[in-house]
Amino acid sequence: MKDILNELEARRRAARLGGGHRRVLAQHSKGKLTARERIELLLDEGSFEEFDMFVRHRCADFGMEKERPAGDGVVTGWGTVNGRQVYVFSQDFTVFGGSLSETHAEKICKIMDMAMLNGAPVIGINDSGGARIQEGVASLAGYAEVFQRNVLASGVVPQISLIMGPCAGGAVYSPAMTDFIFMVRDTSYMFVTGPDVVKTVTNEVVTAEQLGGARTHSAKSSVADGAFEDDLEALMEVRRLIDFLPLSNREKPPVRPFHDDPARVEPSLDTLVPDNPNQPYDMKELILKVADEGDFYEIQEDFARNIVTGFIRLEGSTVGVVANQPMVLAGCLDIDSARKGARFVRFCDAFEIPILTLVDVPGFLPGTAQEYGGIIKHGAKLLFAYGEATVPKVTLITRKAYGGAYVVMASKHLRGDFNYAWPTSEIAVMGSRGAVEILHRTELGDPDRIAQRTRDYEDRFANPFVAAERGFIDEVIMPHSTRRRVCRAFASLRNKRLANPWKKHDNIPL
Amino acid sequence: MFRKLLIANRGEIACRVIKTARRMGIPTVAVFSDADRHALHVRMADEAVHIGPPPAAQSYLVIDRILEVIAATGADAVHPGYGFLSENPRFAGALEAAGVAFLGPPATAIEAMGDKITSKRLAAEAGVSTVPGYMGLVEDADAAARIAAEIGFPVMIKASAGGGGKGMRIAWSEAEAREGFRSSKNEAAASFGDDRIFIEKFVTQPRHIEIQVLGDRHGHVVYLGERECSIQRRNQKVIEEAPSPFLDPATRRAMGEQAVALARAVGYASAGTVEFIVDAARNFYFLEMNTRLQVEHPVTELITGIDIVEQMIRVAAGERLSFSQDDVRLNGWAIESRLYAEDPYRNFLPSIGRLTRYRPPAEEREPQRAVRNDTGVFEGGEISMFYDPMIAKLCTWAPTRGAAIEEMRCALDAFEVEGIGHNLPFLSAVMDNPRFTEGRLTTAFIAEEFAGGFTGAALPEAELRRLAAVAAHMKMAKEERAARISGAMANHMRHVAPEWVVFLGRQGLPVHLEPRPGATAVRFEDGTVLEVASGWTLGERLFRGTVGGAPMTVKVDFVRGGARLRYRGAEFKAVVRTPRAAALAALMPEKVAPDTSKFLLCPMPGLVVAIHVAAGDEVEEGQSLAVVEAMKMENTLRAERRAVVARVATAPGASLRVDDVILEFE
Repeated sequence: MKDILNELEARRRAARLGGGHRRVLAQHSKGKLTARERIELLLDEGSFEEFDMFVRHRCADFGMEKERPAGDGVVTGWGTVNGRQVYVFSQDFTVFGGSLSETHAEKICKIMDMAMLNGAPVIGINDSGGARIQEGVASLAGYAEVFQRNVLASGVVPQISLIMGPCAGGAVYSPAMTDFIFMVRDTSYMFVTGPDVVKTVTNEVVTAEQLGGARTHSAKSSVADGAFEDDLEALMEVRRLIDFLPLSNREKPPVRPFHDDPARVEPSLDTLVPDNPNQPYDMKELILKVADEGDFYEIQEDFARNIVTGFIRLEGSTVGVVANQPMVLAGCLDIDSARKGARFVRFCDAFEIPILTLVDVPGFLPGTAQEYGGIIKHGAKLLFAYGEATVPKVTLITRKAYGGAYVVMASKHLRGDFNYAWPTSEIAVMGSRGAVEILHRTELGDPDRIAQRTRDYEDRFANPFVAAERGFIDEVIMPHSTRRRVCRAFASLRNKRLANPWKKHDNIPL
Repeated sequence: MFRKLLIANRGEIACRVIKTARRMGIPTVAVFSDADRHALHVRMADEAVHIGPPPAAQSYLVIDRILEVIAATGADAVHPGYGFLSENPRFAGALEAAGVAFLGPPATAIEAMGDKITSKRLAAEAGVSTVPGYMGLVEDADAAARIAAEIGFPVMIKASAGGGGKGMRIAWSEAEAREGFRSSKNEAAASFGDDRIFIEKFVTQPRHIEIQVLGDRHGHVVYLGERECSIQRRNQKVIEEAPSPFLDPATRRAMGEQAVALARAVGYASAGTVEFIVDAARNFYFLEMNTRLQVEHPVTELITGIDIVEQMIRVAAGERLSFSQDDVRLNGWAIESRLYAEDPYRNFLPSIGRLTRYRPPAEEREPQRAVRNDTGVFEGGEISMFYDPMIAKLCTWAPTRGAAIEEMRCALDAFEVEGIGHNLPFLSAVMDNPRFTEGRLTTAFIAEEFAGGFTGAALPEAELRRLAAVAAHMKMAKEERAARISGAMANHMRHVAPEWVVFLGRQGLPVHLEPRPGATAVRFEDGTVLEVASGWTLGERLFRGTVGGAPMTVKVDFVRGGARLRYRGAEFKAVVRTPRAAALAALMPEKVAPDTSKFLLCPMPGLVVAIHVAAGDEVEEGQSLAVVEAMKMENTLRAERRAVVARVATAPGASLRVDDVILEFE
C-alpha cells in the first residue's frame, strides 16, 4: 500500500517538473514565471485543484512517441479567487514550447465544459508556440474545439485571457473571442502572421514587439484590454478584475463590504466644468469622486481615450462606467471610441452589470477618415448596444450632449432609467454657432445680428431645461450631490426586470 | 471705526484681512479679475466687484479701477495686502486725496523707503547699522586695497553694472583686493561695457533676520520681535520662524531699537518690517524696509498674540497703540511653511491647474500647541498662471522650537494637495534636516543642503520600519475585506495568512501580522514588534494612528499593484506580497523606462494656437510646450521629460494632422 501511495507522489513530482529544471531556468531568465507559478499567484493560496495531470499525448510520428511528459504542456483545474470559484488553464512553455496538441486541447475543453456547467469564469493563461506541428490536423482540430467552446461560453461565463508569452497564428482566435485580453509588456506578443512572413509578403520590416506586443495591442489595435509590467502585476490585477465580475450570467454581480458613505458630498464637483465651454476637464475626476473609495478598474485605458470605460463599485456593487472624455478629441465619438464603448456596454449587459453613463459629447468626429472608415456602421454599434441593454442604466449629462451623439449616449429614448443632468448641461441638436449659421443663413453678413442670434439660441437651448420640460431629463441635479443621487438611482433599480422580444439573436451592425 | 473696508488684493492675504475685519464687525469689499471669479476671497467678502482681465497690470494694479470700486461701494478704508499696490506711493497718495484711509504708512514714508540709496542714507542717519562700504567709485587697484583695509576684510568688490555673479570678487587681503579689482574691472568691461567698481563689506554666513515694527499716528512705535527668514530659494522665502534661533536678547534689543529709530525718522504709522542681514558674529546690517504687511507676519502674531492686521486698521482709524514696548512679550516659537504650487521634483517648475484635492490640516489653538493655515484656495479651485504660486502658509506654534518643528512635521503630513505639483515634500525634508533642526542657518541653506536639486527625502531605518508596518496593516485590511465578497464557496472561504513581505523598494521586509483589538501587531524577522493602532478604514486617503506607540500620519492612495505612501519628505510605492509572491517577484526583471521619442507629435488633428518654446530652450517635465486647438477645444501639450528643444517644426496657425511633428528634441 505504502508503495502505491509513494508511486502517486513520484508521478505527481514528475508532472510538476514540467519541461525540467533547465527549461524552467530558461523561462525564468526571460522574466516569465512557469505555468504552475502563475496559477499559484492567481488563485487563493492552496485552493488549486488540478485535473488531468497525467494526460499524455498520443502522437507517434516524428519520434514523438519517445517523449510523452505528463500533463502535455498545459496545467488545468479550478480554484478560488477570494473564495469564489474560477476555472483556469495555464500553458506550459517548458513542455514542447506550450504547443497545442489534441490532448492539450482536450484538457482545456474539459475545464471549459465544467465552467459552463457550474457557472464559473474561465481564465486562460496563454504561453504557447502554437500548434503541435507533429500532430498536424489533429492539433488544428484541437484549436477548433476550443474556439467552439469560446463561442458557446461567450455571455454565459466571463472568459479572461492572459497573454504571457507567444500567442501566434490561429491560436490568437481563442483569446480573441474571450471577454478580456491582458498582456505583459516585453514578454508577450500576439499576431496572425509573424515578422518573417510579414517581411516576405509585404516587405515590411517589423519586430515581434512592434507587430504584436502589449503596447501595440493596448494602444493601437485594441486587441488587448490592458497591458501590465510583469507576470506578477498581471496576475494580481486579474484577481482584482474577478472581484468586479459575476461568476456567470445566472448571478448578480458580487457585493463587497464598503467604507464609503453613499451620501458623500463632493463640493469640488461644482467647479469641475470650466466657465469656458471650450476648455477641457478630466472626466476621470468625476468617476473617481463618485466611485466607492475612489476605486476604478479601467478597461482599454490606452485606446480611444476620448471614451473611458471601466468598473467601479457603488455601495459595494459593481457598476460599469462609460464616459466621454473632454480631454481627448473634446470627447467626440469616433470609430474607435464607438467600438470600444459598444463592446463594454454589451459585456455589462450580458452579465447583468448596471451601467453608469457620463456624457459630455459635442458630436461625432467629422472627416474623410471617419466616413471612409465606416463611422456610420461603427457609431451604430454603440447606439445598438445601449438600445438593446436591459440592465439598469443611469445617465448623467455634465455639459454637452449634442445631436445624434446625445441620443447614442444612453439617452432617455434608449430606455435610460434615470437621466440626470447637471445645471451646466447643454442638450441641443448642435452647438449654438452651427445652429445659428443654419437657421439664420441670410443674416450671415451681419456679425452683430449673428452674435445676437447666437446669444438668443444659447439662452433658449444651452441648458438642460428644454429637455427636462419634455421629460427627457428626469431631474437636474447639483454636481456636489452626484454620488448620492447616482447611488440612490441604482439602489432603486436593483429589482429592475426588462426583456427584449424573443429572437434567435440580434443583428448588430458588425 | 471704518464703515467698509476694501481689500485691494487677492489670494490668501485678502482672505486673511477679511477674517480680522469680520471679527471687528467691518463689512468688506473684495475685488477680482476674470481669473478669480470663483476665488475664495470673493466668496468670503461681503461684496465683490469685478475689476478686469486676469493680468494684474489690467486689474489688481489699475489704481483708477480700484478708486472707481471704492466710490461705487462706499468703502472708506483700503487694505493693500502685500505686492500689487501695497508699496505704491501714488496709490497711497490717491487714496489720501480721495479721503479714504490707506492701511499703511504715509506716502512719504513709502517713497523714502522705496529707494535703495535714499533708504540706506536715511537708515545711516537714524543710527541704523548699514553694510560698511565705500559709497563712491574706486579709482585703481591701490585705492581698492586701501579702502578694503579701512572697511575690514573680507570685502566684496563688485561692478556697478554687475549681476549674476559676473564682475564680483571676494577679497580676504590687500593683495586679493588689488587682484580682485583688476579682474572685476576687466570682466565688467567685457560683460557690461561699464567698468565702474564698488567695494563693500562682504557678510559671511549671512542670515536674513527682520524686525516687525508697528507705529500709530501719535508718534508711538514699537517692535514685535524678529523673524528669521534665512531659508530662501533664489531670494524667495520658503520657511520663516519667530523668534530667530540665533539672536540673543541684547542683539534683539539693539536691532529692535534701531528699527524703531528708523521708523520714527520717516514718520512711520502702520505695520512695517526692517530687514537686516546678520553675520556669524551677530553683526547686523540694514538691508531695506518693507512698508507693508509682510507675508510671514503670522509667526509674529503667534508669538506675540497681537493681530497685526487689526492694529493696522486701528492705527489707520487714528487710534493709539494700546500697548507699549514693555507689554510686548515673545511667547513660545512659531514656524511658517509656505506652500507653493511648484514641483520640487521638476526643479520647482511652477505648476498650474485644478486642485482636485485640497485638505489642509485642521486649524487648532490649544495651550501647548497651535496650527494655523492662511490660504486663498479651496478644493476644486483653479491655480492660474497669472499670479503668485504661493497658495497657503502653514504655521505651527509650540512652547519650544523643537516642539514647533514637530508640530510642523505632523501638520505637513496631514496636508493633502492633489492635482498640481507642490512643495510639501520639500518642506517636510527641511523639517527633518539636521542643520535646520539645530538652527544653523544661512541664506545659502537650500543651495547648500539641496545642491543637486530635490529628489525626495531619505527616511531613517526606524521610520522605514514604521512605514512598512503601516503598509502591512493596510494590506491586511484590504485582503480581509476582499475575502468577504459575496458569492464565495460556502465552507471554502479564503483564509488570509498572517505572513507577508513588505517592499518599499527592491528589498523585501518579511513580517508576521497578528490582529489585536483595534490594532495589528507587526512582528519583524528580528523579533521586534510594532503595534499599529488606527481607526483607518479602506478608502481613507490619510492614515492616522499610532505605530509603535508614537503617532503617525501617512498619505495613502492605492495604485496598480500597491499603495503610494507619502510620509515626511519621502514617497514610496509600497507593495505587500505573500512570501511566495515575494520569492517569485525576485525573478521579475527590473524594467527600464522606455525611450520616448525625440519628437513632440500632434496627438489630434487641429490648429496650432501657440508654441511656448523656441529652439535651444531647456524644458522641464510637465512644462507646457504648445497649445493645439481641436474641435474648438484648446489642448495643452506638455513635456514628458526634461529635454532641450532642437527644432520647432511648425508655427501658430498651422493646421496639423495626427502625428505631425511639432517639436524635435536634442
